[in-house]
Amino acid sequence: MNSLYTYLFIAILLFTLGIVAVFLRRSLIGMLIGIELMLNAANINFMAFNRYLAPDPLIGQIYTVFIMGIAAAEAAIALSIIIAVFHRFHSINVEQARELRG
Amino acid sequence: MNTLQDLVHPHLIAQVGFAFVVILCFAGALIAVLPRNILHNVLGLILCLTGVAGLFLYLGSPFIALMELLIYVGAICISMVFAIMLSRPLHLSLPARRPVKLVLALAVGAGIFIMLSALVFRTGWHPAATRAADWSIAGLGGYLLTRYELVFEVISLLLLVAILGAIIITGHIGRRPNE
Repeated sequence: MNSLYTYLFIAILLFTLGIVAVFLRRSLIGMLIGIELMLNAANINFMAFNRYLAPDPLIGQIYTVFIMGIAAAEAAIALSIIIAVFHRFHSINVEQARELRG
Repeated sequence: MNTLQDLVHPHLIAQVGFAFVVILCFAGALIAVLPRNILHNVLGLILCLTGVAGLFLYLGSPFIALMELLIYVGAICISMVFAIMLSRPLHLSLPARRPVKLVLALAVGAGIFIMLSALVFRTGWHPAATRAADWSIAGLGGYLLTRYELVFEVISLLLLVAILGAIIITGHIGRRPNE
């Protein structure tokens, strides 16, 4: 039950759900949620390889911490862009925001 | 004397816990993706990330599990809730989702799922020949200050730039003339 393949399969399912969210949702926050799900799938992969394969089990944890830091930066920037888009178009629907002007 | 360990095998408890964590994770992910109400999406994301933190516990790293709860649930999801306050009012009815789009999105997801599954299950994964047994947080801190110091500093710089960028992007709104 607790094998490498179990964790890799869980990560694949989470990644697929994230892809579906990015393609399906029209609201920008829904797409951001999809991106977070994909990043978490990557984290699970790193931790699983770290647990079952890696020569030094500290390095995978360090990479996971780095990915979390990058995800935090990405979420901060994405949310501020979403707020700017909302003030400009009065909607966070991507189909409303299709003109690219300064 | 009957203790809990005599009544229930510890492996059974571990397996039930693992199943619970996995179900939490996928129920949360489904709630995060499918419903139209965006507040339900974020609450589902919180549920899913809690499940992922439980998975990290099962992978042997309580430190990463706590970091997951702190950064994702505590910071990212809460800031999303703040952003939702700017979203469209939740009581308005939304336009219907087109079935074509649902089918296409599920098709893309199924394609990627099949491709990645084939990739994972056809690869023979071999563990490294020699494996160190050091899982301690002290060792983690040692690596962060020696071997991965440059990456650590670059990530700090990245976070600083992201904070400044977020302030500038959102602070720019008020000063722009109305149109």
